[in-house]
Amino acid sequence: MAPPVTVNTINPKVIECEYAVRGEIVILAQKLQDEIKIKPEAHPFEEILYCNIGNPQSLGQQPITFFREVLALCDHPSLLDKSETQGLFSTDSIQRARKILDQIPGRATGAYSHSQGIKGLRDTIAAGIEARDGFPADPNDIFLTDGASPAVHMMMQLLIRSEKDGILCPIPQYPLYSASIALHGGTLVPYYLDEATGWGLEVSDLKKQLETAKSKGINVRALVVINPGNPTGQVLVKMLSQSIRVRIDLNNKPPMVLQVYQENVYVPEKKFHSFKKVSRSMGYDEKYIHLVSFQSVSKGYYGECGKEEVIWKLPGLVLILVMSPPKAGDESYESYISERDGILSSLTRRAKTLEDAFNKLEGVTCNKAEGAMYLFPRINLPEKAIKAAGEAKTAPDAFYCRRLLTETGIVFVPGSGFGQVPGTWHFRCTILPQEEKIPAVVTRLTDFHKRFMDEFRE
Amino acid sequence: MVPKALDYETLNENVKKVQYAVRGELYLRASELQKEGKKIIFTNVGNPHALGQKPLTFPRQVVALCQAPFLLDDPNVGLLFPSDAIARAKHYLSLTSGGLGAYSDSRGIPGVRKEVAEFIERRDGYPSDPELIFLTDGASKGVMQILNCIIRGQGDGILVPVPQYPLYSATISLLGGSLVPYYLEETANWGLDINNLRESVAQARFKGITVRAMVIINPGNPTGQCLSEANLREILNFCYQENLVLLGDEVYQQNIYQDERPFISARKVLMDMGPPISKEVQLVSFHTVSKGYWGECGQRGGYFEMTNLSPKTVDEIYKIASIALSPNVPAQIFMGLMVNPLKPGDISYEQFLRESRGILESLRRGARLMTDGFNSCKNVVCNFTEGAMYSFPQIRLPPKAIEAAKKAGKVPDVFYCLKLLEATGISTVPGSGFGQKDGVFHLRTTILPAEEDMPAIMSSFKKFNDEFMDQYEDNWNHSRM
Repeated sequence: MAPPVTVNTINPKVIECEYAVRGEIVILAQKLQDEIKIKPEAHPFEEILYCNIGNPQSLGQQPITFFREVLALCDHPSLLDKSETQGLFSTDSIQRARKILDQIPGRATGAYSHSQGIKGLRDTIAAGIEARDGFPADPNDIFLTDGASPAVHMMMQLLIRSEKDGILCPIPQYPLYSASIALHGGTLVPYYLDEATGWGLEVSDLKKQLETAKSKGINVRALVVINPGNPTGQVLVKMLSQSIRVRIDLNNKPPMVLQVYQENVYVPEKKFHSFKKVSRSMGYDEKYIHLVSFQSVSKGYYGECGKEEVIWKLPGLVLILVMSPPKAGDESYESYISERDGILSSLTRRAKTLEDAFNKLEGVTCNKAEGAMYLFPRINLPEKAIKAAGEAKTAPDAFYCRRLLTETGIVFVPGSGFGQVPGTWHFRCTILPQEEKIPAVVTRLTDFHKRFMDEFRE
Repeated sequence: MVPKALDYETLNENVKKVQYAVRGELYLRASELQKEGKKIIFTNVGNPHALGQKPLTFPRQVVALCQAPFLLDDPNVGLLFPSDAIARAKHYLSLTSGGLGAYSDSRGIPGVRKEVAEFIERRDGYPSDPELIFLTDGASKGVMQILNCIIRGQGDGILVPVPQYPLYSATISLLGGSLVPYYLEETANWGLDINNLRESVAQARFKGITVRAMVIINPGNPTGQCLSEANLREILNFCYQENLVLLGDEVYQQNIYQDERPFISARKVLMDMGPPISKEVQLVSFHTVSKGYWGECGQRGGYFEMTNLSPKTVDEIYKIASIALSPNVPAQIFMGLMVNPLKPGDISYEQFLRESRGILESLRRGARLMTDGFNSCKNVVCNFTEGAMYSFPQIRLPPKAIEAAKKAGKVPDVFYCLKLLEATGISTVPGSGFGQKDGVFHLRTTILPAEEDMPAIMSSFKKFNDEFMDQYEDNWNHSRM
């Protein structure tokens, strides 16, 4: 008798769903890494350079000292009762930890909290949102979650009733959306960002996709906007107000807005404006727009991916600290500012260096990374390469990425993992390797690319 | 106006169908009363630290050091932290790929999974493969992930004990599957009768349901019973014959309050039974840092271990785990510390032993106090809490009370529990939240309130119960102890 749980009998939606950020290429990379550990000469490179995932601290980015001081004190509150603590922790971190612990019932940082997250922390977050946007925010409308991903899942669960329910997603998109839509049995309705205009949105395309979906009997229920974009990095300004207008015209699509990279903006001419701020400024309040915004501590300049803001857990804490960091005059202010600015300016420099390097490669064009943590260059692959990929039964961009990995140890994510205009090929590269590693990445990539094009050029 | 996508009417029906009584009506009412200034004793959730149980010192020291690794470079760190905590922090930091702030492997830090495997091997006497162990944000997330893989639609049934912890009923509802109940025998100490199981399966199949999996909660929640080895053998044989995957919720394995039936893992019994069963029965086992004597509910740390699942299936489960990128890293450190605890000779060992023993012995006494307290009421029968964290007394409600409940539009045990709450501030969960036989009523409370508060709580309950029975039963005699 066949065992009850096999790939033939598990939930087919599980089989259908895909997530390239930790997909096939990455699994291979880990295998190669294990091989190098055992035999360092096993491959033509000494180390794997993970440029596939927005995981800053795994690549050497340092956490913000003040934040970690506060977290450590909250994790072990009895430190606050010891006089020696003043010798090892800054005064303002001690004060802040006390203040936060006072907001936690019984100071019990190990207890299940309110299912939406600790009330006091939500109050602080609401105040932070209000300060950012200039419009009131209600703590009862805020849910703290285990990272932004589960929150997106929850929304999909609420919205998707059957495969007839569609969710408008930008293409290219961060594959959390495609994966969770598949997992919940809905339909992804793509709208294409325009590479030629810095990944801008054409409202006419949005409308067209909506009409097409409707004609197929799909009930479009939400519009996903990722600002700043992932993988594309564009910072939306005009697009926000345009898409709001479209939404109003076409009724009842709640923009589901992912704003995790709001602190990562690298171009002086663009500024992050939250969706809520723009819609309220246009005069649309909650009667007109259902808006669900997601923010995360995994990105920004703090990069606390492993922490996750959790419904049940103490850290709404990092979010609080991000919303109200040390102020001028506080003991930790100087070091906080220098750490923060150091990280942000380094990210800006790395973004530029890599963008320039990509644009120098034959057949490759790369839009500027206005924000977020990625570059998403487009590569014109020669016919010969596309044919070879076909024979190897892989998508052409995955073919290129695989070769890149096995010859140089560099890990990119093929563009097909994010979606792209059919017939175009891209790959996503993070800007996160430490600055001193970037020249090595550039050199290896450039040499590899030349060899690859020599092999496959017409 | 056209209904919007997130308006109530247009939400996913499965979401609306879900019930989760542990934080349901009673809890909401209790929270309201608390806001109004009434003192509430929350005994609705197994949330030890919220009721004053102290966290163990050693793990908190280690995690604090991991949060702020620059402390390790400070020459004065030894003034605040013992050397074994410092060593352990360095150990766990070395296992991470960039400290607590970096995403780990989607299955969890390999070094921690290895420690979990070693723990399982020491506990059961059989080797365990770290590649088949996935760390999760709490055991509940793991349960939901596995059920999501199994349930394809309404036609798929999951055997669930009644009474059960409503994570199962809620998740099955959410995923659009069918719950197939099997009743535990209250008069036999909530024992499992294999005939009940067979009957449940037969009925389900008759209705056209494909029964895919069986859930056991051992020790039980809310019932607390510990399964015997014979029981586990029966269950595994049953799963083998009926082609079911066994889901072993073993989160309370450290909470055992009697000596006749110590905890035995489903995996150990499976392996003991030898081939073909040991090689064929599919098993997923769940554990957590939230319970035991650790009680670190808020950290969100858990794991599941898979046995006899094919590599292809494991890959699919890995794929789903990877969408959320990574389980939370600090909780993984707690998990490592839990499965790889201190040893005699370690500086912090004595303190650790004292703290953990203290907690377990106090829980054992609390279990006894509560059981006896409930049994001292004439209309209440309470099985002893053999394990876990709860007391689940059966309350006989007179017909007049049931009438009154109906008039108030409430299920009888909800009616009783609401009145108990309003009168005494004790916030419980009505038995209907867990499932029970028709016409039989229970409530669930935890055994977690501080020992010194227990006598007052029990006499408060007794006073309320006597007054309630006075009101609704003719010729009710107060039993004076």
